[in-house]
Amino acid sequence: MLPEWLILLISLVYLGVLFGIASYGDNRADTGRSIISNPYIYTLSIAVYCTAWTYYGSVGRAAATGIGFLPIYLGPTLMAALWWLVLRKIIRIAKVQRITSIADFIASRYGKSALAGGLVTVIAMVGTVPYVSLQLKAISRTFNFMHSYPELERLHDHPLTIWNDTAFAVAIILAAFSILFGTRNIDATERHEGMVAAIAFESVVKLLAFSAAGIYITFFLFDGPFDLFGRMAEVPELQNLLTFAALPGGYINWFTLTFLSMSAIMFLPRQFQVLVVENVNEEHVAKAAWLFPLYLFAINLFVLPIAMAGILRFGVSGADPDIFVLMLPMAANQGFLSILVYIGGLSAATSMVIVATIALSTMICNQLVMAALLQIPLLRQRDLSGMVLAIRRGCIIILLLLGYIYFRIIGESVGLVSLGLVSFAAVAQLAPPLLFGIFWKGASRRGAIYGLTAGFTVWAYTLFIPTFAGSNGAVASLLAHGPFGLTLLRPYQLLGLDMFDPITHSVFWSMLANLGLLVTMSLMDRQTTIERIQASLFVDVYRHSGGPHIWQGKAMITELKKLLARFIGEGQAERALQDYGRSRDIELAAGMQADTDLVEFAEKLLAGVIGAASARIMVSSVVKGEVISQEGLLGILDETSQVIEYSRRLEQKSRELEEATNKLQKANLRLQELDRLKDEFVSTVSHELRTPLTSIRSFSEILQDNPDLNQSERQRFLDIVVKETERLTRLINQVLNLAKIEAGQADWQMRDLDMVELTREALDSTSRLFSDKGITLNVELPEQPVLLFADHDRLMRVLINLLSNAVKFCPPDGGRVEVVLQHQPDGVRCEIGDNGCGVPPGDEEIIFEKFHRTSTAGDGNPQGTGLGLSISRHIIEYHNGHIWVDPSTSVGARFIFFIPFGV
Amino acid sequence: MAEQKRINERLIGLVCLGIIALNYPLLGLFSKKLLFWGVPLLYLYIFSLWFLFIMVLALVMRKRSSSTSTPETGS
Repeated sequence: MLPEWLILLISLVYLGVLFGIASYGDNRADTGRSIISNPYIYTLSIAVYCTAWTYYGSVGRAAATGIGFLPIYLGPTLMAALWWLVLRKIIRIAKVQRITSIADFIASRYGKSALAGGLVTVIAMVGTVPYVSLQLKAISRTFNFMHSYPELERLHDHPLTIWNDTAFAVAIILAAFSILFGTRNIDATERHEGMVAAIAFESVVKLLAFSAAGIYITFFLFDGPFDLFGRMAEVPELQNLLTFAALPGGYINWFTLTFLSMSAIMFLPRQFQVLVVENVNEEHVAKAAWLFPLYLFAINLFVLPIAMAGILRFGVSGADPDIFVLMLPMAANQGFLSILVYIGGLSAATSMVIVATIALSTMICNQLVMAALLQIPLLRQRDLSGMVLAIRRGCIIILLLLGYIYFRIIGESVGLVSLGLVSFAAVAQLAPPLLFGIFWKGASRRGAIYGLTAGFTVWAYTLFIPTFAGSNGAVASLLAHGPFGLTLLRPYQLLGLDMFDPITHSVFWSMLANLGLLVTMSLMDRQTTIERIQASLFVDVYRHSGGPHIWQGKAMITELKKLLARFIGEGQAERALQDYGRSRDIELAAGMQADTDLVEFAEKLLAGVIGAASARIMVSSVVKGEVISQEGLLGILDETSQVIEYSRRLEQKSRELEEATNKLQKANLRLQELDRLKDEFVSTVSHELRTPLTSIRSFSEILQDNPDLNQSERQRFLDIVVKETERLTRLINQVLNLAKIEAGQADWQMRDLDMVELTREALDSTSRLFSDKGITLNVELPEQPVLLFADHDRLMRVLINLLSNAVKFCPPDGGRVEVVLQHQPDGVRCEIGDNGCGVPPGDEEIIFEKFHRTSTAGDGNPQGTGLGLSISRHIIEYHNGHIWVDPSTSVGARFIFFIPFGV
Repeated sequence: MAEQKRINERLIGLVCLGIIALNYPLLGLFSKKLLFWGVPLLYLYIFSLWFLFIMVLALVMRKRSSSTSTPETGS
């Protein structure tokens, strides 16, 4: 038995040490040398998860259910593996948006909705009360136990009043302490470095104390864990503890608890506070993600041995297993160890209470009280920085009192772990809107609010209210018979669902309602512009690092400063603005107008103190002009990138279209030209055919009508008929030839031939033409044969055609034709030039068209079919060569063709 | 980017494995009333699996810090 004053003194000294650490941390933070900026302190601060529930309750639960306490730590271990994905994103969002609490986060995500923020606050508050009361219960229980041991019964003998109730005193002391820690002044960043340092220290203390007790109990009271387990296994009624058989609710309950603790490790208000709000550097998450599970592993290592030892030492029903860890050293008269264990428990409980109340007071103040107060126009003009502090302090006191009242009402009827699970189930309601909110843009404000409301209501009905059953007859009858005797609505068997334990039952129904409404409503809903903006900012946080400009209007700097000063105090406001000016290299004079960046900066600063929703209202009161251009904003956010991409594609398409149009236009011109040519062709052909036909017919008619024509006359006419018939035949042959070549159906007789020989043949067969017109022929041929793989007859035709053309266009006197054949390395080049009228400039291509005849040709009479050159070109091109008119010739025309060897 | 994605995938895979290993029915296999090396089989299974999980997690996160520390730019 330890004297009461000694325990009290030790407790107060411990709290004093804590306070010293916190002050030191705050001072260091003020001078810019943070002591918490490393992943180890961060990990230890996350260990605020381990409260009195872990410290005492785990052993109690292990004594009753074996491994039943473990899901509460396995869940966070699993979740920690996802921190790198989920938590880092939340931290980034919170940093960008200056989020100060989980309520602020959800409110901000769903269109800065004050209603959503308020709802989350209420859920978090109601959910935290049982948890706070759990800590009060643990502290007062152990305190009383310490100084009354071994006379345990005395406690229950006389009625408690407030004045001799330890729990009440504990509540008051913790309230005072939290106020000192968390609300000494208003910090614009809402970070509490001192508090983080203190709870990190507490995490070390509780781990050391628990492990010390574990080692002592396991190795000194007993002969190590093997001895303990061996003895356990010998007792038949304890053997169930070795298996799942001892766990009420079995595997389903195990799964539910894992799920609950997975959400609790992230979304309990105090966890959100240390994980997100107090995070210094998001890179710390990488290390904490495995160090924190390791901490959990370490602190749970001795739970089972201690529970076994307690059962073996005191029996199954002999004592309260929740305080085995304290009872065992006490029973062994280890005064020092007992005090150490007590301090460890105290640290576990106080750290939770401090962080939870500070986090909740910020939430209540920002999301509920300020949001309501700022509706009153009169208050908007006053200095509220003092009021903010007062409200927060009031919140802390009220929270602890609520915890105390809850503790008094439910009394000893509910175990530590059950109380904690009630809180977990409440907090799990926050998981859907938050997780959906950061990964799904479609989650809408109404969906979140309806889902939260439904989930919370179901939770309250199926889990929270039933905790009063032990102390309230009406609740007990509600549990047994349902409201108004409606058995279908019994809280533990809603709609007759009776296959689950109460926790699973409640989690199932509340999650079903929450998720179902969130998803369904979101799918049916139409989001407002501000919702879509926030959704985009949250989901795509890695993309929009700067964020868009919400404020389009202008505000005077003095007014902004005045506004800031009302909430964070004159000095802080001055300093913040100076820092801002320095970081951007601009001088902020009092009379200047603030640009949109500065207005936004002020809003975020204010959001840190009074929450996003209220900050928006306050800033809009000093910004003049168009406050928010939501359409423009959305344009910047969601659509800009899409629009840019879209227009880029559009440009590309239009370029392609333009190209296609050009091609089409050209093709169309060509088609029109071809059409014209075809018409011309048809008319020329018919004309060409008619001319000889007409003369044949007329001469034939003369012959027919005048049978008495003399012989010479008749012979002359017949000669003409024959000549014209030959011409007709030639023309038709050529047309057919051309058609064949063009259609690719010509029958080519390819063979090796000597080009020199061929040219000579051509010259021979045209020699009469030359001599008839008295044309001088100048021929230059290579001495050696030039072998070529070609069609003899067709090449011949080309040569004859060119030669006869040259003859045709030569002047009647002094005509001169030149034929040059060259053996070039890669082929044969043939030039046939004359000194005639030449090709009119610009017609060098057209003359190769069908039926084209230069207008200057001779005396205007058609001197050929007009198909010769066209056919020649086709033939040369078939041999992979080309034919052209030498444009540089000044006198006459010079036709050149070239045929390569390699065919 | 690719490395970042790979780490995320590994983490998700690890969690899936963890959830499967620490739930029914696998857990049921070890729910036996017997001692293994002097320790109840179920306790031994859960605690060693737990420790293994933490070590693998640490390994994955360590790879991350050595390979890249640039935050991802898209989600």
